[in-house]
Amino acid sequence: MPSVMLRNNAAGDLVFYITKKDQEETVVALEHSGPNAWGGEIELADGSRFYLEPFAQTPKLPMTVRVKRL
Amino acid sequence: MTMNRQETEQLIQEVLEVYPDATGKQRAKHLMANDPTLEKSNKCLVTNKKALPGVMTARGCAYAGSKGVVWGPIKDMVNISHGPVGCGQLSRGGRRNYVTGYSGINVFAEMNFTSDFQEKDVVFGGDKKLATIIDEINTLFPLVKGISIQSECPVGLIGDDIEAVAKQKAKEIGKTIVPARCEGFRGVSQSLGHHVANDTLRDWVLSNRDGQEPTIESTPYDVVLTGDYNVGGDAWASRVLMESIGLRVIGQWSGDGTLSELELIPSLKPKLNLLHCYRSMNYISRHMEEKYGIPWLEYNFFGPTQIAKSLRAIAARFDETIQANVERVIAENQAEMDAIIAKFRPRLEGKRVMLFVGGLRPRHVIGAYEDLGMEIIGTGYEFAHNDDYDRTFKELQDGALIYDDATSFELEAFAERLKPDLIGSGIKEKFVFHKMGIPFRQLHSWDYSGPYHGYDGFAIFARDMDMAINNPCWKKMTPPWKQKAVGADLAEAA
Ligand code: SF4
Repeated sequence: MPSVMLRNNAAGDLVFYITKKDQEETVVALEHSGPNAWGGEIELADGSRFYLEPFAQTPKLPMTVRVKRL
Repeated sequence: MTMNRQETEQLIQEVLEVYPDATGKQRAKHLMANDPTLEKSNKCLVTNKKALPGVMTARGCAYAGSKGVVWGPIKDMVNISHGPVGCGQLSRGGRRNYVTGYSGINVFAEMNFTSDFQEKDVVFGGDKKLATIIDEINTLFPLVKGISIQSECPVGLIGDDIEAVAKQKAKEIGKTIVPARCEGFRGVSQSLGHHVANDTLRDWVLSNRDGQEPTIESTPYDVVLTGDYNVGGDAWASRVLMESIGLRVIGQWSGDGTLSELELIPSLKPKLNLLHCYRSMNYISRHMEEKYGIPWLEYNFFGPTQIAKSLRAIAARFDETIQANVERVIAENQAEMDAIIAKFRPRLEGKRVMLFVGGLRPRHVIGAYEDLGMEIIGTGYEFAHNDDYDRTFKELQDGALIYDDATSFELEAFAERLKPDLIGSGIKEKFVFHKMGIPFRQLHSWDYSGPYHGYDGFAIFARDMDMAINNPCWKKMTPPWKQKAVGADLAEAA
């Protein structure tokens, strides 16, 4: 369960930052993007996929979360 | 001669031939020809890996990253090099982080404090000694605001509990005491030391005044300068520039910075955190954004083109007054910049440069060289991660050589083949290249010059590069390989 930080970059894209690896990757697909659910399956620009337990509401970013590797 | 991607790849292959197979394979992953269209480096470059045995690397250790880079410049703190005397004393003053104040009275950045471990400390543990040192420091230097404990290798090996000492002593003397677990054997380079230092800043400094009201009033124009270590006065040049556009700098991390201003930052809620060295301070910037809602922005103050670009990007985050100020400042400096370029560009036009430096300079100084008509034919970082290279591709011309953690053999081989007119790297490389007859500038500490940031800095930068390249000494020497064969003169005379 890697710990990652989610934030919006200057261009407004959602960015996935893997703290342990100092690696930044743009999110290309997010399963639920609000307003009643936010999270679920996440796909990154490099093709890797993660799962984030969905939040009931759109959270305030940036935020550190635990995700599961798929 | 500018090389295209294919020729550069070819050169890399030829240089790698010398290595044994396994080493060559490993090193090949750290070398590439630049492709400015690339967004991500993880497919074509491996970074932040342990240097291979048997090659000479230019990297430092985690202690160097934490004590030398991040903590060292904070001027009203004493940073104890906890362990044997050498690590601190031999690296003392090397980075030229300028500070104002009275050394030994209210400023301690230029001094070296060490627990000077002896055999008995290794055998019986050094915690008691550490506690005594903290008391001594507090007695001898009553104006010290805080103390950081920078572990050297032995401290981690013998398992001392520096955290416990820090906590207890902080309570006793009522000052901030920070234990940093930055033993040199951790990680692959000084980069981990930056991370450790950022984590300790987060855990032991930034939250100190959480919930308290700020002791000064905040303004809507407050900014923080992060990742600027005031090498040769750089942070001052950046600060002047910020003030000239109407912003108020409430904190400097960590060049000429104080512990109090760092502790005050969260409660003042500055509008923007300006991040210069992404590599060494992105961790704390991300944390401040998440916890305190302070957004961060990377900027580059090397050379008029990049300065204008960065100033405009900063202004875009503020109102019209700042935006108008920025345009005014850029216009005001235009004439001076044009004069500098008119003077030096004809002397430097077309000169080819190879760089090999640390945190941000391999990409940030490219613009300044290009303003002078010079060309970067190769660049590389000692300890970068992939996110640094992601930021480099766009800045660098197509086909230029990129070397990550280059070995001394590779650097020499590349220089021999590419024949650059100038090399910018560190002190360890300097004299090798001088002996090869190549002009050289030390780009870690600006070769005892500086500042290079901002408009004022560019004037100094241009002069220094001209001095290095057009120095008449290079024409007065004939290297051995160009001299006539021994005895040729005699044969002629006979
Ligand atoms: S590697 Fe260890 S012994 Fe060497 S300078 Fe770094 S902390 Fe000191």
